[in-house]
Amino acid sequence: MATVSVIDELKKAQILALLEEGKRVDGRAFDEPRELKIEINAIPKANGSARVYLGDTDVLCGVKIQPDRPFPDMGDKGIFMCTAELLPLSHPTVETGPPQAPVIELARVVDRGIRESHMVDVTQLVIEKDKSVVGVFADIVVIDYDGNLFDACSYAATAALLTSKTPTWEMVDDQPSVVEGGEKQLPVSTIPVSITMGKIGNHIVVDPNGDEWASMACRVTITTDSDGNICALQKGGSDGFTQEEINQCGDLSIKIGAKIREQLKSAQQESQ
Amino acid sequence: MGGRDATMVLLDENGIRCDGRKIDEPRKIMIRAGGLKNADGSAYIEFGDNKILVGVFGPRDVHPKHMSNTDTGILRVRYHMEPFSVDERKRPAPSRREIEISKVIKEALEPAVMLEKFPRTAVDVFIEVLQADGGTRCAALTAASVALADAGIPMRDMVAAIASGKVADTIVLDVNNEEDQAGQADMPIGYMPSLKKITLLQLDGVLTPEEYKKCVDVGVKGCEVVYELQKKALHDKYFGNSGD
Repeated sequence: MATVSVIDELKKAQILALLEEGKRVDGRAFDEPRELKIEINAIPKANGSARVYLGDTDVLCGVKIQPDRPFPDMGDKGIFMCTAELLPLSHPTVETGPPQAPVIELARVVDRGIRESHMVDVTQLVIEKDKSVVGVFADIVVIDYDGNLFDACSYAATAALLTSKTPTWEMVDDQPSVVEGGEKQLPVSTIPVSITMGKIGNHIVVDPNGDEWASMACRVTITTDSDGNICALQKGGSDGFTQEEINQCGDLSIKIGAKIREQLKSAQQESQ
Repeated sequence: MGGRDATMVLLDENGIRCDGRKIDEPRKIMIRAGGLKNADGSAYIEFGDNKILVGVFGPRDVHPKHMSNTDTGILRVRYHMEPFSVDERKRPAPSRREIEISKVIKEALEPAVMLEKFPRTAVDVFIEVLQADGGTRCAALTAASVALADAGIPMRDMVAAIASGKVADTIVLDVNNEEDQAGQADMPIGYMPSLKKITLLQLDGVLTPEEYKKCVDVGVKGCEVVYELQKKALHDKYFGNSGD
């Protein structure tokens, strides 16, 4: 993302100098995420949707649920898939065209966090074994960029899934057909929450904003489930963590994740 | 990847795994430094049934030119699987998975390579997975470090890599393909033993906070074992009797 300029270098030095004094550039505590705002049902035509603002990062997720053919050898499981796209209007450095490695990583990390938590129970999404299953597609678009897309996209997808309603299908003449009045809540079990932490100098900060994102040496995204277990992790960036830092990040992801989970739960209750 | 036996016992009552290993025992690892004539540096690794070849070129001119950086050299990594490397033929074009793995391996190697010494140049690392059997990214990263050293590129340390994981409710070292498909968690770790820095870390699967810490610890210790084999491979080539 953001290209390096003279001002960026000065900003970087300033961000690090502030951290040395125990302060963050936007006044937050080191383990304090930015304000999270969740607007559910932002797109009523989708089966579920959420617009999420994490500070000035702005993302939208729409969930579409429709019958699909099962994957080969996976005839007893429905399909869950999560994609992410950076819209060209989200930042001056974003170009149109096939997705670049960072965007592919973003989509795969968000998908993995939700998938590995088993939030969406794909075994309940079978219409007829080996023939027809239900596909749940959570597509996320980034509308405005100010760092930490991993968490913003993850919260948007999770909020959208939590509030999704799915039709029911039955097989009629070998084709899936919608059952009248069969609409129900999408079956979900746990609530995965991802927490991304950046390392700047020797400091670990939770939910790096755009300037911090451009300054950090490396990052780690850890997803926890409702039981307080860790279910997915991804390290990125051109430096490394010590084993102690990785353990510390694990503890932080559980502690901070629990607070975010409460907010996602409220969004879910609001929709019912 | 198919071909998995649903009745397979992942861990028997004596603590022996499906391929006969103990819980903290890695698969058989063979690393060879060098081997390619045209590459500036190369390495070949057999890690269990994984067979991976790595070639390194550079530091050399950057094409396309706009990618070059006047402050530092750049590292480019391509992780690629041959179509015949897995049970069901893989399409030859790079998949999203391969693009992501290329990126995480690049970011795992960057802390080790002193790129700032070669501004406006590129170091290219080409990883070819000839046969895959679970844990290819770790084996590839291990071999890539040896290939970079073989190319004579200044490095702060080598990155050694191995996966730990959870199989049949037990934390084990070096998850194989069967265990990855049927197991509960897989955590690939890349680690620089001399600098004590973790440069690659991923996880999928559910772990309690205690298991998480144990998994990192088991993986780091495993990397230290792999590190010795990396050093031996370089030693064998440059100081051994069989050197080429």
